[in-house]
Amino acid sequence: MPKQIHLAAHFPGVNNTTVWSDPRSGSHIEFSSFAHLAQTAERAKFDFLFLAEGLRLREQGGKIYDLDVVGRPDTFTVLAALAAVTDRLGLAGTINSTFNEPYEVARQFASLDHLSDGRAAWNVVTSWDAFTGENFRRGGFLPQEDRYERAKTFMRTTWELFDSWRGDEIVADQESGVFLADPDAGRFAHHDRHFDISGQFNVPRSPQGRPVIFQAGDSEEGREFAAASADAIFSRHGTLEDGQKFYADVKGRLARYGRIPDQLKILPAATFVLGDTDEDAAAIAREVRFQQVSGQTAIMFAEQLWNRDLSGYDPDGPLPEADPLPGENTISRGRASVRMYRDPLAVAAQWRALAAERNLSLREVVIEVTGRQTFIGSPATVAADINRLVQADASDGFILVPHITPGGLDEFADTVVPLLQERGVFRTEYEGTTLRSHLGLDPLPTPAANEKAVAS
Amino acid sequence: MSVALEGAGWHPAAWREPRARPAELLTGRYWTDLAAEAERGLLDFVTIEDGLSLQSSRYQAPDGRTDQVRGRLDSVLIAARVAPRTRHLGLVPTVIVTHTEPFHASKAIATLDYVSTGRAGVRVRVSAAPHEAAHFGRRSFPQLSLADRDNPAVRELIGALFAEAADYVEVMRRLWDSWEDDAEIRDVSTGRFIDIEKVHYIDFVGEQFSVKGPSITPRPPQGQPVVSALGHATGPYQLIGRSADVGYVTPPDPAGAAAIVAEIRAAQAAAGRAEEPLPVLADLVVFLGPDAAAAQARRDRLDERSGREYTSDARIFAGTASQLADLLLEWRAAGLSGFRLRPAVIPDDLEAITRDLVPELQRRGVFRTAYDDATLRERLGLVRRPANRYAPAGRN
Repeated sequence: MPKQIHLAAHFPGVNNTTVWSDPRSGSHIEFSSFAHLAQTAERAKFDFLFLAEGLRLREQGGKIYDLDVVGRPDTFTVLAALAAVTDRLGLAGTINSTFNEPYEVARQFASLDHLSDGRAAWNVVTSWDAFTGENFRRGGFLPQEDRYERAKTFMRTTWELFDSWRGDEIVADQESGVFLADPDAGRFAHHDRHFDISGQFNVPRSPQGRPVIFQAGDSEEGREFAAASADAIFSRHGTLEDGQKFYADVKGRLARYGRIPDQLKILPAATFVLGDTDEDAAAIAREVRFQQVSGQTAIMFAEQLWNRDLSGYDPDGPLPEADPLPGENTISRGRASVRMYRDPLAVAAQWRALAAERNLSLREVVIEVTGRQTFIGSPATVAADINRLVQADASDGFILVPHITPGGLDEFADTVVPLLQERGVFRTEYEGTTLRSHLGLDPLPTPAANEKAVAS
Repeated sequence: MSVALEGAGWHPAAWREPRARPAELLTGRYWTDLAAEAERGLLDFVTIEDGLSLQSSRYQAPDGRTDQVRGRLDSVLIAARVAPRTRHLGLVPTVIVTHTEPFHASKAIATLDYVSTGRAGVRVRVSAAPHEAAHFGRRSFPQLSLADRDNPAVRELIGALFAEAADYVEVMRRLWDSWEDDAEIRDVSTGRFIDIEKVHYIDFVGEQFSVKGPSITPRPPQGQPVVSALGHATGPYQLIGRSADVGYVTPPDPAGAAAIVAEIRAAQAAAGRAEEPLPVLADLVVFLGPDAAAAQARRDRLDERSGREYTSDARIFAGTASQLADLLLEWRAAGLSGFRLRPAVIPDDLEAITRDLVPELQRRGVFRTAYDDATLRERLGLVRRPANRYAPAGRN
């Protein structure tokens, strides 16, 4: 049997990939939009739906950034509601470890896993600044070197809480009157410099034991964290060569942790544009790129690199002559992507070279450098491209990011998925009920079963 | 009329009754069924109990018991799970304000309001229990007993926790208003998705926390989802009078009810809210039966099974639906706006409420015979969509 593809749907986010100006664009807040995308994904037998999170509205130049979609609902609440309108689809969400406590997050994920009969997944992220911390009693700032350490400890602590119930405590024998087999069910104690907690966890073991764990960071620490602890990686490496390099690197790290390659799925985010023919799709893709990068958006992107106010520049004119301001990026806040510009002078030089070589305006340069869609073509072309990348070990599948809410996945579900199914590389029915099952991950052994295994 | 949902029912032996479903308490199916039953009875709303520790029969401490229901799910998630499967029923989960983030709670309840299209509320609770604090490791409280309640240091601690609860509610409310209703403009000509003049920092600064805002979630359908609290003493009555939309109280009799209502109204007036509707509902634990003797016998049998007489902060009623209807009308005359019934056994007493009590009240012409399309606020007689505190006059 050929390698099977994993597919997921990303609810369109609060960035310029999402085209809100399109007449087909619906609400980003109303539940009906979430239900539509989830039900489309489930109809197409996708592995899961994914919701991102951001805990402070982004700002640029001291003002709330207003050119992209702004605002979103609470992740847990939407996922729990989606559990009522879907049966099999995995329900994944980003939850920040910086502005929460392990006991609360563990009970929320354990509850979601119960209420969805084993479909919960957690993308563990850590935050980086006091800017977001201003919304929380915990504040937020952590020195760079402490961030992964705390995030790792946070997640490990939630695992201790998930495992504090062995899975066989609830007897609920009406006749004898024994509800709980063990008065110490849920007992835990964790003491280190980040968390000093003890007591009893109050959510009994959930169907998956714990949520499926996602990791999204790309740094050395992030890759190591994923190799040690994650079930899936939400990566940025969606092209053949880049994807293969990343795939080999991360899967190569697993053995050190006693894990096999199948235990960690690599799922890059991917955008797509479909057309009746490849030429149609290419034309639509170009149009979408111009919608995604308006003149104003192009200026904002340039400001993020230049770290200066460029509001006086014409997006249809040349790039700024002055160099980017060195030092910490202060113009844009609440946005992870600015950290990508580790050497702004060098990036600006690349942009200038590109502009000179192809005679491009500022806006056209931004359109070029901020990336075309991952898959462009007729359904047959897109199905073939996806399959080629997966079979070549550039990924185990993709998290698809539609650019229209909520109908942006409909055409893909109707046209591309059947072609993948015909090739025998994508499921035609769900085999199991849990997200772990969809991802081809074995069920976690319960602590009760582990003890038995040790004893025998 | 509302019902307080708790596990298999409020009596500790409820889970052993023949129709109880003790092995299903952690499933979406169970809670969906309970909500459907409440909706069948045309109830205003259900509350869902919650706590940050295992249930316990001891005051502010774990009890190590294994003969009662232990373990529960997060009530906000339960409410969200049942919202798409109900159409009219108000959904009021519990949030423990002492250990959680007002920013998270505000957007969660706002989202519940979106998911339920205008049926969300929240009950705020404080926690002074030392073992719950140890689950978070950020603060510690002394072990209290019921006898300590008049000790000045204890009163100060409890007072501070309720003051923090008031701040918490204030932050939730400001965050709900931090987006004006028409902040999302989608103006293609200027490329702007929102009008940033209509999205506001809340700049709350308090003793325990400061919150900048704005919320990440736009203003919910009701504008202000319904905030409620349970009170047994002056501290919580102050919180209800100052901050809540609905209060739950536990008077022993009509005279007690009148006194409590007067205290809440005074607190309300002191907070400058005298003109606002603020329904006060009395909590009652109910054992219902086809005749009074049968109801009492069931209560006795349950007590025998649990090994001791069931006691409660709320008045316990055992009798017929008709007798309960008499009692409710008598209590209502003391100034109460309605009731939050705690079914001793689920589903038995829940079904007795929806299938016997409700028809009895309908016959007497004091309860609705069908739902209309009201939001939870409207159903409770509150202003449909309160003015937004951040919108300049005339822009709301």
